[in-house]
Amino acid sequence: SRDGGYGLGRAALEEEVAAWDIDIRPDGQGLPEGEGDVWTGEELYVAQCATCHGDFGEGAGRWPQLALGMGTLTSDDPVKTVGSYWPYLSTVWDYVHRAMPFGAAQTLSDDEVYAITAYILYLNELVEDDFVLSSSSFADVEMPNAGNFFMDDRPDTELTAFSGEVCMENCKEDVQITARARVLDVTPDAGGGEGTDP
Amino acid sequence: MTDTSRRSFLRGAAISGAGALVGGRVAAQAAPDPAITELQPWQQYLGEGVDARPYGMPSEHEAHVVRRDVPWLTADPVSSVNFTPLHELDGIITPNGLCFERHHGGIAEIDPGAYRLMINGLVDTPLVFTLDDLKRFPRENHAYFLECAANSGMEWRGAQLNGCQFTHGMIHNVMYTGVPLRLLLEEAGIKTAGKWILPEGADASAMTRSIPLEKALDDCLVAFKMNGEALRPEQGYPVRLVVPGWEGNMWVKWLRRIEIGDQPWHHREETSKYTDLLPDGQARRFTWEMDAKSVITNPSPQAPITHGPGPTVLTGIAWSGRGTIPRVDVTLDGGATWARARMSGPSFDKSMHRFYYEFDWDGRPLLLQSRAHDSTGYVQPTKDMLREVRGENSIYHNNGIQTWAVNEQGVAENVEVSS
Repeated sequence: SRDGGYGLGRAALEEEVAAWDIDIRPDGQGLPEGEGDVWTGEELYVAQCATCHGDFGEGAGRWPQLALGMGTLTSDDPVKTVGSYWPYLSTVWDYVHRAMPFGAAQTLSDDEVYAITAYILYLNELVEDDFVLSSSSFADVEMPNAGNFFMDDRPDTELTAFSGEVCMENCKEDVQITARARVLDVTPDAGGGEGTDP
Repeated sequence: MTDTSRRSFLRGAAISGAGALVGGRVAAQAAPDPAITELQPWQQYLGEGVDARPYGMPSEHEAHVVRRDVPWLTADPVSSVNFTPLHELDGIITPNGLCFERHHGGIAEIDPGAYRLMINGLVDTPLVFTLDDLKRFPRENHAYFLECAANSGMEWRGAQLNGCQFTHGMIHNVMYTGVPLRLLLEEAGIKTAGKWILPEGADASAMTRSIPLEKALDDCLVAFKMNGEALRPEQGYPVRLVVPGWEGNMWVKWLRRIEIGDQPWHHREETSKYTDLLPDGQARRFTWEMDAKSVITNPSPQAPITHGPGPTVLTGIAWSGRGTIPRVDVTLDGGATWARARMSGPSFDKSMHRFYYEFDWDGRPLLLQSRAHDSTGYVQPTKDMLREVRGENSIYHNNGIQTWAVNEQGVAENVEVSS
């Protein structure tokens, strides 16, 4: 780039940065002052969240399940919720605050986000019903699955193993079809199946 | 051959049956072709003038070439995905109107006059740019593929969806024009402690992802054009982030802010989502690169062979997030015998590549597969090889070899075959 830059753009004002920089990190960086308890969270959750996420975080229809599912990650049908899967509480606070409720994002106050987050922890049996979540109690909450994520290891486990010479002739003796999509028959019908045509 | 003898030869061939091969060529038909002998309306009447189509659309006969969605995949069409009609396309450039869409809060309709890009965090001077400001930086042009991390994700447990549009269509490949992100970050001045960036979208999902600074300074673009024209609203108008070779989720649309930090943020889209669960209950995080992959687009379930036996064009696309695609192999018999396909067209880094394999179909059933090799020497694995390492519940990054079964009628079907 050019020495001294291009001199384009202008300095951002503090108020502007404050309006847009709302992200929270696992170490608590970005968390505002505030607090909320489980029962306040329940009221807000029932009013603003339960229609999609279910009264107990079980999820309605295909909407995401928020609670429980512990012990399912090694099963055929893993249930990945805040309690069973999410590694950091900060992610819950950050995401609820930035993007929920779906269709009315960024309408919750900081205290309301603390309360709803406390209630989601309660639904996941991670806190007692008298728990108060605040910027100071935040670090006390341990997420059960925090230790089960690791950096992409494909360079060690796959890239070399999947490289090298390939077979070009006489690679298989007998080829059998083992699965067919048409048996499932879940593809939208190109002739005008339900809700698929523009 | 004289005219007379030629005529009687052709007449004789016609009697022997329509469609019969004569000297390798299909025989003439018995009756004259009305498409030739009858005056067609477009030969007779004037067409529309140059003022009729200020922004042209495809022929009405191509009305079936559209993005399609699968309603049962998601709870709501606003946080959902649709699919590029790969089986109808050729070459390597995806038309803007057919590029698949993936939104988490619907399409943000942004007034370009009110567009702002903020850079803040560990910088010397937090900055705000307007769209006009961005267009005063030096620009670059690059064709890159953008593949959703979940492309082919429904196929982990076996063949599910019948058509490459649905199994492989969460991808598009366009020519981006934009400013190297490096220039914008340098304008703000990155502090020594800065190691990560957090791009953020201006839509209602306020999409965020953590990206290592090394990648940001390497080849990321802040793009405002695709295939020569402004980004489409559904692709992030007026500005999106381009993260070459890396999973589509990181290509933040409607880009409004980039923060520089000393650690990743571990936001929802890199913890709850876009982490890859393995059989032991552990999960990979930060699986950014999209590995080498290919698919035969024709024939395929939505594009059967309709011409009967004889010369047949097999074609498809291949791509790698780690480089170029110097080679694709294809098999007609489910992997027993392979041949090298013919690569055609430009070969760009982290872009789509087009391959062809022409053969004489003898009318017998086929089991078609393609196998991409990328410029690092990596060879596209089978689905079984991937499942061996990852199990069936990792959702993302399924780059396994696809099989289409073609029957005697030329009808193609999504299948899996024994290894």
